[in-house]
Amino acid sequence: MVHKIAGLAVLAGLLATTSAVAQQRVVTWNTDYDAGPLAAAEALVADFEAANPEIDVQVNNFDREAYKNAIRNFLTADPPDLANWYAANRMRPFVEAGLFADISDVWADNGLTEALASSVPSSTIDGKQYAIPYTYYQWGIYYNRDAYAAAGVPVPAADETVSWEQFLANCETFKAAGIDCVTTGSSALWPVAGIFDYLSLRTNGYEWHKRLAAGEISWTSPEARAVFAEFAKLQPYVTANHAAIDWQDAAAIFVQGRAANYVMGNFAVAVFREGGMTNENLGFMVFPEITPGIPRAEEAPTDTVHLTSGAQNPEDAKLLLAYMASAEAQTKWNAALGQLPTNRNATVDPSDPFLTEGFQALSTAEGGIAQFWDRDADAEYAKAGMEGFQQFLVQPDQLESILERLEQTRLRLYPQ
Amino acid sequence: MAQATDIGAAVPLRRSGRWNQRTFAPWLFLAPGLLMFAIYVLWPIVQSVTLSFYDWNGLYNRDGAFTGTFVGLANYRELMVDPAFETSLWNNLKWLVLYMLALPAGLFIAIFLNQTVRGIRLYKSLFFFPFVISQVVVGLIFAWFYAPNFGLFYLLTENVFGQGTAILADPNLVTYGIIAAGLWPQIAYVMILYLTGLNNVAPDQIEAARLDGARGWRMLWYVVLPQLRPATFIAVIVTVIGALRSFDLVSIMTSGGPFGSSRVLSYYMFEMALGEFGFRMGYGAAIAVVLFAIMMVFISGFIWKMWRDERER
Repeated sequence: MVHKIAGLAVLAGLLATTSAVAQQRVVTWNTDYDAGPLAAAEALVADFEAANPEIDVQVNNFDREAYKNAIRNFLTADPPDLANWYAANRMRPFVEAGLFADISDVWADNGLTEALASSVPSSTIDGKQYAIPYTYYQWGIYYNRDAYAAAGVPVPAADETVSWEQFLANCETFKAAGIDCVTTGSSALWPVAGIFDYLSLRTNGYEWHKRLAAGEISWTSPEARAVFAEFAKLQPYVTANHAAIDWQDAAAIFVQGRAANYVMGNFAVAVFREGGMTNENLGFMVFPEITPGIPRAEEAPTDTVHLTSGAQNPEDAKLLLAYMASAEAQTKWNAALGQLPTNRNATVDPSDPFLTEGFQALSTAEGGIAQFWDRDADAEYAKAGMEGFQQFLVQPDQLESILERLEQTRLRLYPQ
Repeated sequence: MAQATDIGAAVPLRRSGRWNQRTFAPWLFLAPGLLMFAIYVLWPIVQSVTLSFYDWNGLYNRDGAFTGTFVGLANYRELMVDPAFETSLWNNLKWLVLYMLALPAGLFIAIFLNQTVRGIRLYKSLFFFPFVISQVVVGLIFAWFYAPNFGLFYLLTENVFGQGTAILADPNLVTYGIIAAGLWPQIAYVMILYLTGLNNVAPDQIEAARLDGARGWRMLWYVVLPQLRPATFIAVIVTVIGALRSFDLVSIMTSGGPFGSSRVLSYYMFEMALGEFGFRMGYGAAIAVVLFAIMMVFISGFIWKMWRDERER
């Protein structure tokens, strides 16, 4: 299937180059977009081609889930010039196998270490850059104003932050009113990692969380236990049976006002809006502070584009990468995506309150920007962790055995 | 054999030519099948076993060279202490035991349907229907059936017990919920096997037994069941194999969750080798080898029985 698609793309490429302008140079780009983002990427390509008429960019789009397997084949068998993937640990296997090319020169020549400052750590492995981050989105708490009104809980004002104690007290009120305080759907595991990450970031801070994800911290340490102690406070207020539903099902519960808060990424806003929510009854706040005085860190998973080692036309591909990183391209691109540009000089659509608040939250996060549990931690470690988080939410009394199992996994993966 | 030597002795001159023909002809006819078997069955088995001694993330480097490292028995040693592997093994056992319920249930329905009334063909096809639908669809139907908040089963338990039970969110019930979903098409399958078997039950023996006063259970146990032995044999085989290769339902209904409680060996192998957080090809191959060994126990048993039956004839 993959070969067929790739073969078709090559064929299409041949036809395009021979029939169109003969001297046109081709850049191939493999993507994993749904319909909306694909249109946004095509608009970006059109702008780039208008500015560089001698270059023809060919987007070869894959189904999002199939892409995760396909990339492992096409990087060796039939490498495109550019390929979509994710930052931080998720790109490490490809970098280590020598399949992604070092693009430190693109970063240096275009002053990107300045412009993309917040994404430097997640794009860098062993001091070299291997990715162009072009978009990210904030995580945080989305709340349903109608549910707040129904339970008689005052809606947090725009510039006022809710304290953790207040948040938990609100949860008690919601529970009395028969409304889930926090909803999630964890059948795919990752949504619970968002909750855990925030509890960890707020309890022990960014550096500690980063070391935990890197396997440097014991799960039975007092600090780790402190995170689970906060988790235990939240546990009774999370939607029951979350383990059997996925995040869209939980979004339905949230939209219907049967849940008040949802710890989610900004991509969920589109789903909330489809469900009938508007800026009138949908709100966003950053996760409450737990340990006072810890610099506030946020989660913002970054999507990236990479130059492959087998690229046929690396020079022109680098031109496109530089264009993707530029402020004007990112402004337009992210406006179409409904996400946040990584370039600090880019601007965000001021009419979208969630993007504006997210941009605000991320640009003032002095603690740091985490990628997300499954991108910060190694794949196997990430999975073990997420299963532990989910189990804790279902069976909080199993804490000891969960921590013990996680610790065993850690010692196996990271021998001391 | 005796016949062959007789002919050979009768025509001594052509002996060697005959002998060659008799030796080579079967192999000639078998060759295409054997070739396919070697390429698509034997060679992958050898490869899987080899791979299970390596630590490999599934990537080749830019020059197309294999990037794995040889680790000996480390994958198997890890399996021994892997709690997820233990869970999968236990779940496979639950599948094996509970899937056998398809036999009595299928037999019961087959006997019930083995009568001549108007429209019986329609009823038979309706009962057979679950087996015709894809396992994926069966999984989806049952996932909705169990779904919290709107699933029929959930609403039913909510009405009866006051609190709904979300089977697929409960680590202690989830495997049974999936097995129940798997039994639905499996019972239909076994039913059709028994229905064809019942067609071949000799009416004269039933008649004779009836004259001797056999009825009800005794008739079933001593007269009908022995004649259904070939059908039972096939039904056991397909049920055992169906239980061991249970993958689609687990994948569709829970993805092995919640927190891995509904994993079975085949799904765990997929997760480890090809899942989003897996790509540990060697470890996945080691699980596959273990699953293969378990299947071999049953398969050799069946082959041995079949071989023995052939010889007795």
